[in-house]
Amino acid sequence: MTAVADAPPVPDRGRRMLESVGRARELGIVAAIVIVFVVTTVKNSAFAHGDSVQQLLAGASLIALLGAGEALVIISRNVDLSVGSVLGLSAYLVGTLFEHHHGVPIALAFVVGIGVGAACGLVNGILTAVLRVPSLVVTLAALYVIRGITALIVSGHQIDPGSIPGSFQNIGNAAVANVPWLAILVTVIVVGINYAMRTFRPARDLYAIGSNPEAAALAGVPTGRRICVAFMISGALAGLGGVLFISEFATVNSTAGSGYELLVVAAVVVGGVAIFGGSGTVLGAALGALLLNTISQALVAARISAFWNQAITGALLLAAIAFDRFVSLRVNRALRKQGGASHG
Amino acid sequence: MADTQVPVTQTEAAATTTGEPARWARGGLGWRLLLRWEAVLVVLLIASILYGRSVSTHFLSGSNLFFTGLNVGEIAIMALPLTFIVITGEIDLSVASMLGLASTLLGVLYKHGWSIWAAMAAVLVVGALGGALNGVLITRLGLPSIAVTIGTLTLFRGIAEIILKSDSVTGFPIGWTNIGILPIHGTHIAYSVGVFLLLAVVFGIVLHGTPLGRSIYAIGLQAEAAFFAGIRVQRIKFWLYVLSGVICALAGILWTFRFATARYNAGTGLELNVVALVLLGGVSIFGGRGSILGVVLAACVLGSLQEAMTLVNVAPQVQNIVVGALLLVSVAVPNAPELIARVRRRLASSRLPRRGTTEGVSVDINP
Amino acid sequence: MIASTGRRRRIAVACGALAVSLLAACSNDDTPSGSTPSGASNSGGGVKSGLTVYFIPKDVNNPYEVIADEGGKTALQELGGKVVVNSGTEDTAAAQIPAIQAAIQAHADAIVIAGNDPSALCPALGQATAAGIKVVSFDSDVTCPNHLFINQADTETIGRSQVQLLAKEINNTGEIAILSAAATATNQNAWIKYMKEELTKFPNMKLVDTVYGNDDPAVSLTVLQGLLTAHPNLKGIISPTTVGISTAAQYLSQHKDIAAKVTLTGLGLPSQMKKYVLDGTVKAFALWNPNNLGYLAGHAAANLASGTFDGSAGSKFKAGKLGEYTVLPAAGDTGPSVVLGPPTTFDKSNVEQFNF
Repeated sequence: MTAVADAPPVPDRGRRMLESVGRARELGIVAAIVIVFVVTTVKNSAFAHGDSVQQLLAGASLIALLGAGEALVIISRNVDLSVGSVLGLSAYLVGTLFEHHHGVPIALAFVVGIGVGAACGLVNGILTAVLRVPSLVVTLAALYVIRGITALIVSGHQIDPGSIPGSFQNIGNAAVANVPWLAILVTVIVVGINYAMRTFRPARDLYAIGSNPEAAALAGVPTGRRICVAFMISGALAGLGGVLFISEFATVNSTAGSGYELLVVAAVVVGGVAIFGGSGTVLGAALGALLLNTISQALVAARISAFWNQAITGALLLAAIAFDRFVSLRVNRALRKQGGASHG
Repeated sequence: MADTQVPVTQTEAAATTTGEPARWARGGLGWRLLLRWEAVLVVLLIASILYGRSVSTHFLSGSNLFFTGLNVGEIAIMALPLTFIVITGEIDLSVASMLGLASTLLGVLYKHGWSIWAAMAAVLVVGALGGALNGVLITRLGLPSIAVTIGTLTLFRGIAEIILKSDSVTGFPIGWTNIGILPIHGTHIAYSVGVFLLLAVVFGIVLHGTPLGRSIYAIGLQAEAAFFAGIRVQRIKFWLYVLSGVICALAGILWTFRFATARYNAGTGLELNVVALVLLGGVSIFGGRGSILGVVLAACVLGSLQEAMTLVNVAPQVQNIVVGALLLVSVAVPNAPELIARVRRRLASSRLPRRGTTEGVSVDINP
Repeated sequence: MIASTGRRRRIAVACGALAVSLLAACSNDDTPSGSTPSGASNSGGGVKSGLTVYFIPKDVNNPYEVIADEGGKTALQELGGKVVVNSGTEDTAAAQIPAIQAAIQAHADAIVIAGNDPSALCPALGQATAAGIKVVSFDSDVTCPNHLFINQADTETIGRSQVQLLAKEINNTGEIAILSAAATATNQNAWIKYMKEELTKFPNMKLVDTVYGNDDPAVSLTVLQGLLTAHPNLKGIISPTTVGISTAAQYLSQHKDIAAKVTLTGLGLPSQMKKYVLDGTVKAFALWNPNNLGYLAGHAAANLASGTFDGSAGSKFKAGKLGEYTVLPAAGDTGPSVVLGPPTTFDKSNVEQFNF
């Protein structure tokens, strides 16, 4: 089989168009958040109070963090269903660390949590990229296995809040000017990764892999390595999420994080990341998490029965997917017209 | 574009880029490959039965068979239409939520005085409607099925929650709720297992012996080629989702009778079990490959393994580990020959430039 | 004559049993220290040895249930039997079914179960009863026939005393809310019903919301935050679940400004709540000794399985170091039950004495 020509580079205008679409999508989510916020504040002015805003930001933080990692994986046309169980495992290990070694430096806790997560992510990545097992299967299996291991280690024990050092708990609970440290930390990470995705070549490769894996491989992209790294980052962020989890709650049993995976994927999809990969931003995913959390807290604040929460989230998800599809069709059509023009 | 059903041979010809899919569609080489995983499943089944017998003399007793069937029944039933859907290259994650919605509706309608038969019929209709919603979004609007069904998973469960909130409905007629206590008269088979076996035969015949079944494989292997060969891809997919909705509603009815209780959270989280069962049955997540026999065998393996482990008081958490490991094995084994060949090629060509290798690519471009 | 000899012998045996049980009833009463009793106690009623009892908690993770199961193990050990703990990892009825089946398959003598759902377990439990297994429920009841409920404290007392505890602290005035566990949990709903009744006696206190934390710290925190946002004038929270109250206490201790406005009470484990009582976040809360609950349930199950008592209203049995208990008649939705004792209120003065 002879070598195939490089895939034609996306015309500058095309790339700018994609970027502006992405930006518009993010702005759209921000607009949605603002609308929900304003409408709910009208109904219940306490929603805009300092405490409430603090809770809004804190509540979305963990899912946004996990969403950032998940976005990387989904952009590369894979999926990571193990994030919730990795979070649980990491949270429990860190808690046990504090229980048995009271004087442990906080930095070590972070290293342990992130390390455990990255290790799990690496295994996922190897199975997916090198052994070519579909990521849905790998991470589904990982979900089962990690949950099982966590439950085995935990066996009915619950971490006692007394053994978690107060300074560590402050990370998850304290706030500065009503902005929780949790939210600040997550925002920094998300913005950082988002910037990396736009500037560094290896990060942009993920988009190429997600759009067309064969073309990417033929164009010389080391797809296996990139996918491994994407999973490692997703795992590391889930591990970090576990550290922050125990910092915030100071207690954890074996059910921590269970059910998060679908929540995270939902947030990422609402945030504009296409499920088949190739488009979307980490920032969008984080904003998606914020939107979903804002809606669920808004429902409570507006005294709408909490029983409506799931149905509204589901409807919103479907609307977001349909909208994204509509937009991407438009963009594709425009790009094709451009490509046709350049050949004409 | 002619929308008529084209004779099978043309379908096969159009569906092939290499010779393999056609032979699979006809049941030639495909059978050999399929049977390899089914054979592994049979070995696993025998192994788990032997394990079960070694840990408890009650393992093969009638009541144990009944219990095993009871626990696995609804999941296995939902796995049947999902098998079709996965073979076409799509997925349906809303299965367990439809079960919950069905349970909720059955309870509410019955509580409001509907006869049990009318309530069941209405529930099945709603199942079809829910499936139709999935179908329309996926085929008409062309939305990705994994995302859509995550959305409907949440939506259906949410609707159930709004309807029933934290209440439950009990007091179903004894004749029906006995399916949770008694096996089919004269046997040790649970009613849900009976329904599963019946459906499995029907589904198996359709998949392996009718043009519709061959079309399903063709869609999974090469949807575009199948379309141009005259297979109504979108219409088939749509009706598969409707079918899934109806079958999941049926599972919801059985679940409700088994527990003699209707609740909105019936079956929460089961979707992953159903997907795991389908994958364990050797159905490829990429589409185009799989068999009903595999799914039936996988249900037997899973059921007997879990039963054996519970009898020995192996904690449910450890059981999870076993299921996860099995899942990985289920995908690794069919992939094994390809894997080994690829690794050998990689080692041989490790000095060559990356172009032309199959790293990260799903299609083997080396002749 | 043979008949009168037989009758005299029967009377003699009956007197002997009565004497022994009276002696036992006068022996040491409930100690809240949670320490394990030493040595085997005289069960006095011919409890069979070698019994197997399956304990099926709500799930295998809940620390409260773990303590209770330990109590059950102690009880059966004293009686020469054994306990098998088997359940799922989620608080659903479906997760408990395999455990019930395992008990049936293992020909267990009794099942002690904390029900995740009042009715969904009845078909399976009915099968167990039909197989000759005695069914005892504890902590969270089931509405099935033919079982004995071991109640940790009188349901009505729990509900009313919780409201009374809070009312005292907020001067009988203000908006209050309830942070509960799973919306389907039998015990929660039973207590809440009596809380609402007791509230009618406090016209200046108003229950504005009930939220469900599912006994999960993360969910409990989320619904708590929503509660605080939706009701900015909230004065008090009752959380009759150990997970809920510890999560709420943790949150309040991190947000002292809110803790100054909102009073928290509920049912909590002294070991978890100790630090919050000592730092002033929570003034008082209540509970009982879960170890004793499991211990009582274990003895009840063993006695039922041995036929030394039949669990009907008015029948008695001896529960080792806890003494003798009498079965209360059925009332409303609840069948025959045994009550462990009154709840204990914990505050600064006594919270450090307990290690459960």
